[in-house]
Amino acid sequence: MAGAGKAGVLRLAPALTLALLTLPVLAGISGTLVPAFASDFKGLRALFHWQGLPAALLLSVGTGVLATVLSLGLTLLLVASLYGTRAFGALQHLLAPLLSVPHAAAALGLAFLIAPSGWIARLLSPWATGWQVPPDLLILNDPYGIALTLGLVAKEVPFLLLMALAALPQTDATRRLAVAQSLGAGRIIGFVIGVLPALYAQLRLPVYAVLAYAMTSVEMAMILGPTLPHTLSAQVVIWMADATLVHRATAAAGATLQLVTVAGVLLAWRLSEIVLRAGLIRLAGRGTRGRVLDAPARVLAASAGALVAAALIIGLAGLALWSVAGLWSFPDALPQSLSLSTWARAAPDLTDTATQTLRIAAVATLAALILVLACLEAERRFALAPGTRALWVLYLPLVLPQVAFLPGLQVVSLKLGADGHWIAVACAHLVFVLPYVFLSLAPSHRAWDGRIGSAAAALGATPARIFWRLRLPMLLRPVLTAAAIGMAVSIGQYLPTLLIGGGRIETLTTEAVALSSGGNRRLIGAYALLQMLLPALGFALALGLPAVIFRNRRGMGATT
Amino acid sequence: MLRRQFLASSAALLALPRFARADAAGWEAILTQARGQTVYWHAWGGDPKINDFIAFIGAQAQDRYGVTLEHVKLSSTADAVARVLAERDAGTTTGGAVDMIWINGENFAAMKGQDLLHGPFATDLPNWGLVDVAGKPAVVTDFTLPTGGYESPWAMAQLVFEYDSARLPEPPRSLAALQAFIIANPGRFAYPQPPDYLGTTFLKQVAYGTLADPSVMQSPVVDATYEATVAPMWAWLDAVTPSLWRSGKAYPANEPALGQLLADAEVDISFAFNPGRASAEIAAGTLADTVRTFTLEGGTIGNASFVAIPFNAAHLAGAQVIANLILEPEVQARAQDPAILGFQTVLNMDALSDADRARFTSLDLGVATLSPADLGPALLEPHATWMVRIGQDWIARYGVAQ
Repeated sequence: MAGAGKAGVLRLAPALTLALLTLPVLAGISGTLVPAFASDFKGLRALFHWQGLPAALLLSVGTGVLATVLSLGLTLLLVASLYGTRAFGALQHLLAPLLSVPHAAAALGLAFLIAPSGWIARLLSPWATGWQVPPDLLILNDPYGIALTLGLVAKEVPFLLLMALAALPQTDATRRLAVAQSLGAGRIIGFVIGVLPALYAQLRLPVYAVLAYAMTSVEMAMILGPTLPHTLSAQVVIWMADATLVHRATAAAGATLQLVTVAGVLLAWRLSEIVLRAGLIRLAGRGTRGRVLDAPARVLAASAGALVAAALIIGLAGLALWSVAGLWSFPDALPQSLSLSTWARAAPDLTDTATQTLRIAAVATLAALILVLACLEAERRFALAPGTRALWVLYLPLVLPQVAFLPGLQVVSLKLGADGHWIAVACAHLVFVLPYVFLSLAPSHRAWDGRIGSAAAALGATPARIFWRLRLPMLLRPVLTAAAIGMAVSIGQYLPTLLIGGGRIETLTTEAVALSSGGNRRLIGAYALLQMLLPALGFALALGLPAVIFRNRRGMGATT
Repeated sequence: MLRRQFLASSAALLALPRFARADAAGWEAILTQARGQTVYWHAWGGDPKINDFIAFIGAQAQDRYGVTLEHVKLSSTADAVARVLAERDAGTTTGGAVDMIWINGENFAAMKGQDLLHGPFATDLPNWGLVDVAGKPAVVTDFTLPTGGYESPWAMAQLVFEYDSARLPEPPRSLAALQAFIIANPGRFAYPQPPDYLGTTFLKQVAYGTLADPSVMQSPVVDATYEATVAPMWAWLDAVTPSLWRSGKAYPANEPALGQLLADAEVDISFAFNPGRASAEIAAGTLADTVRTFTLEGGTIGNASFVAIPFNAAHLAGAQVIANLILEPEVQARAQDPAILGFQTVLNMDALSDADRARFTSLDLGVATLSPADLGPALLEPHATWMVRIGQDWIARYGVAQ
């Protein structure tokens, strides 16, 4: 009977998980919509009265769409021309560390790299440029959002690439490419016609998440984006932070408009998918081989990929150097003196903050792992495969602008008296951690060879025993990778920590963003390094532990 | 035994003549109540020097009164204001999360206007008698709004300009000279983007120097005459905007961002709301030791920073103990030390004992800090309606891309 009871709980797991994702989001959205429309549409009227609205909206949509097109294009170009080559392997190794770079840190690193008084200008001055003082050039915060777009591309390409890598094995890419090439197609055309349709079907939701994020990012828009006016998302946060409190309804209205805009752009993107699909079919029918494309595409992919990785890495190296810099004036390429005073000053706070950060991340990730494994077990044992609609729910917290539902969620948690406790923050993190854990773990879990289970069952093993003694140990590596991704996501959360934590819960990210408002590059460098170090440690454990545990199991070494 | 205690407390009362005996009993009760409390002080967390100073106050509070201080580091003070508002909307009238806020100006006006503050409490603090109410009227007038004891001052600030004497031998010491400098040196001057606090303060400074009668700004804006009154200020700004840093197409976000521009040599003149900032940065090795400060002829805008207690604070007694501790001469002198913070004190030197006064006179103000005499007069903040209106109009004129 106990077994039946357990199975009953397991059967409920998918429904429970979906409820855990949808309820906070719905509660939060209602908490945002009500003030937007309350007191005779005051907020909406104030929003439409603001002269900057058309430009801000255009900027949000323009930078978001352009960044998504470029990120997706570059990702596909990289996969198409380099998949299976040694350069691709090198890029693959960089993925996890690059993914764990928080957005704010990446943006600040980039800003120091490309500013007129930044590292590139310093390295070239005065010997090559003749600049004794920085030139008055509008590179950062340019009115067209070019710097912001590039920053978003640099941060989103690693994410899309990881998603593409997870999807590629299921698309049978290698054999499809081989068939296309044996028919005389070049690598690029062969990929576009043979692999892309299957790959894009798997990549669609991650692309939507990137599109929504790029249109609504706050940290990056504040650091790299234009300020006359700001993008809509940055302006919403500024309104929320306004001292006189009179703009809170305007902020709610702005968040609502943002929600509508994201929905509209996603719809337009979906329509253009249909148009492009028709174009693709015509291209296939025409029989173009396009082999001349391959060489330039490979050069373009390699250089653009290297540029993205280098921009992130060198930018962060700049921040790291700032964390130990004394006086560092223009045009010196290196600081005049080095000092550990920044680190010494930050050290006492850092241990407390890092402990809190890890505690929240561990609880949220553990809860997410248990739920995801329960869902996947339910899927396997009771054939409860999630439909398209369930997948959408999974992406709901990633596609919806955080600004649109977190303030509402804060009011709800206040009413429940749950805010300000680290457990409440961990629960809020769970909403964002769960989708990533599921997306990362599901493919491996589904790919697990069911014949092993059948053999065990034939020998008399119960489903529970098969799970604990066979499936879980064999899936240790993907489970640990999913945990590392979950930890990284939790560590990077800013708005949920700030709003649900009531300002009392300090994590490395809330500290880093509070510090970045002070513009102190030295301290930002120190916190940004640590913010990266923790997730990187998680990824290292995920790689290293299985190698140690399975040192006597040759077959387990090869699984990915 | 009892008699000795009585004598000792009588002596203490004599030392603080303005502190009545009945209040002493009340204060003892507050001290007893405060012991063991944890006070959550919501204060901007963007400056490590200020964060260190708040940590120092926390250590003192623990040692002296058994009160634990938690600094909730904000990126914007409005987060705390919004928090209290959200709590009131959710019906949390006691046991709120915010015990104390570093506040002034607009935030104070907003919270007081919505009855979100506890008080009056400041005038009942034992150390209130040491505050220089006569000499520094800004400690009881926050943007022309009387504080009424609803907030307690803890530091004075005044606008000072900073320049690198290695690049600029003689800075422009009047608004007209500054205008000529900006036009003659395109791209070498910037101000933070309003509605940022320091950026708006700069606009008010321009208004002080260009308006026919700046004293009208001590009363609320009068719609009928507003446009004509501020026209000279816009004329000054219109003339310099094409010659600003990035031709006025981008502005630094706030005071630290502007300070970074000076450190990066992107501008030749910057300014701060803290006369000791440049010296403190030089002492920390993050600014060239050739940087100096100056003020404009006729004076620059000055105001005070305060702490306030929300109406629903969970630890009222502890918050009052901290507010009083901040007014201790020892703590105030530490804040004025440029190696620590470089903030100007709110205390009246004549009210202090010789030993306490020596804590201030023995301070080395630092290589770039002006002496109180050279600092010049501190101009009173205009009425808050001017800041709001000028800020809005700035956005309409320069704040959305042309």
